[in-house]
Amino acid sequence: MSLVEGQGLGTTDVTPRLSTADVGDFFALMKPRVMSLVVFTALVGMVIAPGHLHWVLSLTALLCIAVGAGAAGALNMWYDADIDVKMRRTAKRPIPAGRVMPGEALAYGITLSVFAVTCLGLFVNVAAAALLAFTIFFYVVIYSMLLKRATPQNIVIGGAAGALPPMIGWAAVTGGLSIEPIILFLIIFIWTPPHFWALALYHTGDYERAGVPMLPVVSGDRETRRQIMLYTVLLAPLGMAPWLFGFGGIFYAGVSSIGGAMMLWLAFRVWRQGSAADVKENAKPSKQLFGFSILYLFLLFAALLAEHAVAALTG
Amino acid sequence: MQPDHDHEGLVLTEEQRRRRRNRSIALALVLAALVVLFYAITLVKGPGVLQRPI
Repeated sequence: MSLVEGQGLGTTDVTPRLSTADVGDFFALMKPRVMSLVVFTALVGMVIAPGHLHWVLSLTALLCIAVGAGAAGALNMWYDADIDVKMRRTAKRPIPAGRVMPGEALAYGITLSVFAVTCLGLFVNVAAAALLAFTIFFYVVIYSMLLKRATPQNIVIGGAAGALPPMIGWAAVTGGLSIEPIILFLIIFIWTPPHFWALALYHTGDYERAGVPMLPVVSGDRETRRQIMLYTVLLAPLGMAPWLFGFGGIFYAGVSSIGGAMMLWLAFRVWRQGSAADVKENAKPSKQLFGFSILYLFLLFAALLAEHAVAALTG
Repeated sequence: MQPDHDHEGLVLTEEQRRRRRNRSIALALVLAALVVLFYAITLVKGPGVLQRPI
């Protein structure tokens, strides 16, 4: 199968462009690293949910969630191709690099979205499918199309999309929602701003070139560092909420308290850097916070998963 | 009908052919996996395969 795209209206070049995309490019469109975090958090939502789902249906649910998340990533890459090409961090992505044509990515994303939501609804339940559909819609339309280029609060509000997977996992098992998945949602929601702003601090030039109003570009790095600190102060105790609400045990309490303390320390180091010149010269605190924030979230969810797995095995 | 030898049309390079072949193989594998998955789901859910709780 060859895919051919014309050059569009208003051009005298009528040479058809052939698709030069390889399989790896289509996989890259789905943002596999984001997808893996989505699948992991959804899995934890499924494991801690009361009730039982046959392992084939559990696998199906996870596959649908993974594909749905990947589809949202592909649609985001389709929409953001014009700014991705201007940013060093994203210029090598399949569309700005010219390996995948925009039309291909759009068709790919839409097809996968519809397929994932339909399969989840048909084979698992409608509640989970509805949440998955909403997640995709929120990420593509609300975040990518409306918020990202319009407001420095883009990542705060848009972060809700990345926080929904544990709720989808829970709903896949129970058909509904409860306080536990909502707490997991809140943890990821409050985690998202300091995580992304730490990244934005050492990529400010990129975002400025692309015209994306990330907080460091609009309000300066001093305000960004202050907000990172504020959100982390909220995040550290919130991370312990599963233990406080009784669905995380003593092991989780230990992991969340130590992890939260480490996040506070790293955020404090970023906050105290002092000036934009200092941040530019020494990106290490921001990079360390960004890197640890990924580990922190992984450890929180891994601790919950481990506790529930051990409880299930020991009866 | 005789082929039109004057009209060359698009000619793929070896690399384009390779990529097209890889895409086709990947698609075939995904479809095969879906067949297996749907069959397994049918076995698990039995006759009520499309009956699901809201």
